[in-house]
Amino acid sequence: MAKAFFIDTSRCIACRGCQVACKEWHGLPAVQTRQRGTHQNPPDLNPFTYKLVRFAEGKTGAKVEWLFFPDQCHHCLEPPCRGAADSFVPDAVIVDQKTGAVLYTEKTGALTAAQCKEIQEACPYDIPRRNEQSGLLTKCDMCIDRLRADLAPMCVKTCPTGAMNFGERDQMLAMAHQRLEAVKSSHPKAQLVDADNVSVIYLVTNPGLALQRPLKQAVESYSRRELLGNLTAPFRRIAG
Amino acid sequence: MTNHWIDIKNADVVLIMGSNAAEHHPISFKWVLKAKDAGATVIHIDPKFSRTSARSDMHVPLRSGTDIPLLGGMVRHILEKGEFNREYVAQYTNASFIVGDGYDFKNGLFSGYDPAAKKYDQKKWGFALDEKGVPKRDPTLKHPRCVFQLLKKHYSRYTPEKVSSITGVSKQDLLKVYEIYGATGAPGKAGTMMYALGWTQHTVGVQNIRLAAIVQLLLGNMGAAGGGINALRGEPNVQGSTDHCILWNTLPGYLPVPTSDKATVEEYIKANTPETHDPKSVNWWSNKPKYMVSLLKAWMGEAATSENDYGFGWLPKADPGVDYSAIFLLDRMYKGRIKGGFILGHNPAQSMPNSNKVRKALEKLDWLAVAEIHNSETTDFWRRPGVDPKKIQTEVFLLPSCQRGEKDGSITNSGRWLMWHNKGIEPMGQSRSMGWMAVEIFKRVRALYAKESGAFPEQILKMDWPEVYDADGVARKINGSYTRDITVKGKQYKKGEQVESFLYLRDDGSTASLNWLYAGSYGPAGNLAKRRGLAQTSMQARIGLFPNFSWAWPVNRRILYNRASVDPNGKPFNSAKPVIAWENGKWVGDIPDGPAPPMALPGGKYPFIMQTQGMGQIFGPGRVDGPLPEHYEPAETPVKSHPFSAQLNNPCLKAAISDMDVLAKPGDPRFPFVLTTYGVTEQWCGGVDTRNTPLLLEAEPQLYVEMSPQLARLRGIGNGDPVVVESARGRVEAIAMVTVRITPFKVLGKSVHLVGMPFCFGWTTPGAGDATNRLTATVCDPNVSIPEYKACLVNVRKAEKVSELFV
Repeated sequence: MAKAFFIDTSRCIACRGCQVACKEWHGLPAVQTRQRGTHQNPPDLNPFTYKLVRFAEGKTGAKVEWLFFPDQCHHCLEPPCRGAADSFVPDAVIVDQKTGAVLYTEKTGALTAAQCKEIQEACPYDIPRRNEQSGLLTKCDMCIDRLRADLAPMCVKTCPTGAMNFGERDQMLAMAHQRLEAVKSSHPKAQLVDADNVSVIYLVTNPGLALQRPLKQAVESYSRRELLGNLTAPFRRIAG
Repeated sequence: MTNHWIDIKNADVVLIMGSNAAEHHPISFKWVLKAKDAGATVIHIDPKFSRTSARSDMHVPLRSGTDIPLLGGMVRHILEKGEFNREYVAQYTNASFIVGDGYDFKNGLFSGYDPAAKKYDQKKWGFALDEKGVPKRDPTLKHPRCVFQLLKKHYSRYTPEKVSSITGVSKQDLLKVYEIYGATGAPGKAGTMMYALGWTQHTVGVQNIRLAAIVQLLLGNMGAAGGGINALRGEPNVQGSTDHCILWNTLPGYLPVPTSDKATVEEYIKANTPETHDPKSVNWWSNKPKYMVSLLKAWMGEAATSENDYGFGWLPKADPGVDYSAIFLLDRMYKGRIKGGFILGHNPAQSMPNSNKVRKALEKLDWLAVAEIHNSETTDFWRRPGVDPKKIQTEVFLLPSCQRGEKDGSITNSGRWLMWHNKGIEPMGQSRSMGWMAVEIFKRVRALYAKESGAFPEQILKMDWPEVYDADGVARKINGSYTRDITVKGKQYKKGEQVESFLYLRDDGSTASLNWLYAGSYGPAGNLAKRRGLAQTSMQARIGLFPNFSWAWPVNRRILYNRASVDPNGKPFNSAKPVIAWENGKWVGDIPDGPAPPMALPGGKYPFIMQTQGMGQIFGPGRVDGPLPEHYEPAETPVKSHPFSAQLNNPCLKAAISDMDVLAKPGDPRFPFVLTTYGVTEQWCGGVDTRNTPLLLEAEPQLYVEMSPQLARLRGIGNGDPVVVESARGRVEAIAMVTVRITPFKVLGKSVHLVGMPFCFGWTTPGAGDATNRLTATVCDPNVSIPEYKACLVNVRKAEKVSELFV
């Protein structure tokens, strides 16, 4: 039976324990960052950051909303990145049959920069990042080494509030639907994001605000790819 | 915390005020969210909308420094609506006590004020006593001089209109909060209050908490599961260090520091041991002589005898009336009255208020030894930007300290749980634990005294001191042991045997204990701080009580004042979530506050055993600035008057006075905005540890100032722009964080802007920004001398160029 995450953003307090623990477990270095008028740092996913808590805020009348989105690879059931990669370098992207983890192998090093860009553009969630030094394509690996040792992914292990959950897919789906029902009374727009298509099931309370990426605050840095990312089918569905 | 982390889940209403719990105590939100899952309402009252507000049902922005009006209005609401728990208030609090004729309150001042000394004669506020010396009471609460009626009169002035006009909170929001929280006064309901430095760091800090306690007493929330006054203590051992007397005015276990006007232990005990003439009051502090003599025996060992007053004469004494708190210590240093000293795990050049003055003060020292994990703004003050190291004569010694994972030891968490940790790895390089440093330095100093003698050598030569630092040995000694073979309560004990609890400590020199509060943590059964057992009774399971997991002071009691959770016959007020219950002639559930039967039974006792009269103190004659909390503006305030009285500031306010301690005038047009300061999740306190942890610095890299879009427009500032923030004392560069999470306040008809800054950045982290505390003022609460970090006045403008920040 495949595994799944259930990420309940209605319980996230943006402590960023998951973001830091992910980097520690994977031995990823810090990059130099700047305060740019937001707590979101690093500004975006990068080859050294597989997990990033995104912050989005807005005001309706007097009511302030501040949403936290612990972003990572959604581990699609039919990953478009694998489809794209297979046409260039077979087995650069594989799916672990036991867990459903979508894994980028060392063979991604054989991909050209242009090919990597195409793979990135195939991702509906704008996740893959290329390490320009090593040439490898990078992203969340579901902590596959931990899973094989019967340990929960590091982000799940670290979360203090129950926002990050991991287990058998049917169990996570059941939990997701149960939480959705509970959350809907206070957040009528709440929904699960692409639950049928991915192994990382997000519950978001205000999809319009939560899924802007990157944040409006950094709107000048929108690139073509990111705009395209926002316009891909799953997002259009949610935004509508 | 009177309660503990898990217990938050039992609350029907969680009021988070003076705290940003989700950001500074993330683990607390595990339990806040569990309460919410079970249907609790979570209210966050705080100047800014934070990650705590984002997970609360309601956020109420409040102008910093106006907690007393908001809570005073709540007291008025509760009393007017009659929502209070009458049985509890009449029987368990001093609401029924008759106050003596000396008490009065007029024009914002209590009776007995001496304007020249800025002090009250507290004797004016005493209770009227009967012929036995017991306070007179009126259980009907109708006597015009009873506490209840005086309370009602005092807060009748705190109308929603007035409260709204000064706090900036809309009347509608005020009433909503009052209704939701007031409803916890109903039988079987509980409300918890979670607070932290947002309440304490004010010139009225102690009175903020006093008023919160009054609300909790009126609603019957003290002692109950899901209730209590819960100070969220800093990560991870602020509770433990306070218990073991990190503050200047206490000895371990909150025994008062001896003063030079009390020459003998007998005089000390007489002056500091409260007496009651009411046989139903336990008056726990009457045990103080046992705890003090046991402490002296632990310190001085065999050298302490009844003939030499157990070495009391060797203890250093404070001069009466002198304030030795860090604020005034640094002030004396600035004035050249201190030659040298040790700073251990503290970064005053960055984290004490008016840090420009602190940095100058350090220059006046001949020598300074700092024990730290990393170089800090204090260790390196002599090479800070803008000074010439050659001109600074202070000799600085850096003692590299190891990290928690590199040593054995314990921490005491916020819920008073003593938790042991084992060393994971050897200390890096030449670093050592501070315990090791203390033991070795003292040994060398003692050797010098033995060789060369010196002034007053006894206290050093006679101290009972270990040869080698050993965390386990210290823990054993904290618990305490017998100093000779003895029979107690019919049982024989051998010299050196560990005492079972503080009930066995004695004032005849036969026991030694470094801290009576911890007696029982390491008794004959071993080090209970190592316990991780999950066994519990079904009654304990209902409220998440785990008596076999670690050990809590005192005597493993998990909820303090739990005798107030039952009626006078021992029946729980809340049958669904009982803390203790009197069943078949004994207590079940938590460890009760003393073994005595319920109050109504023969031999029964009042529930608030630490109070002299056994009652929760609604009227508190012990605080230097008044028996009832009253609103006073912060020392620096954007208003020239307030609606409650003509007394603008706390009449007893303490302040350091020097050429560098300048204050803005009330409503000063040069500094029109309120500044409040705080920590951030990713940086720990002053940030020395975490700024040197790359992954945390990556997440929160530079100093920022949060401001509303309205203020940003007013000053032509864009999000992410570098700005300059200035107060009467200093100038700081920061990056503007323009956010809808901060809103202007409407105060006395005018718009008041508030900005907020973290205090964790310092110049030793290149380009991160430098101390926010160069802006804050050296003014403090008169009871405990905590500085007013949470409110001062500043101006903000766009920066032409910056030198403190990488941009």
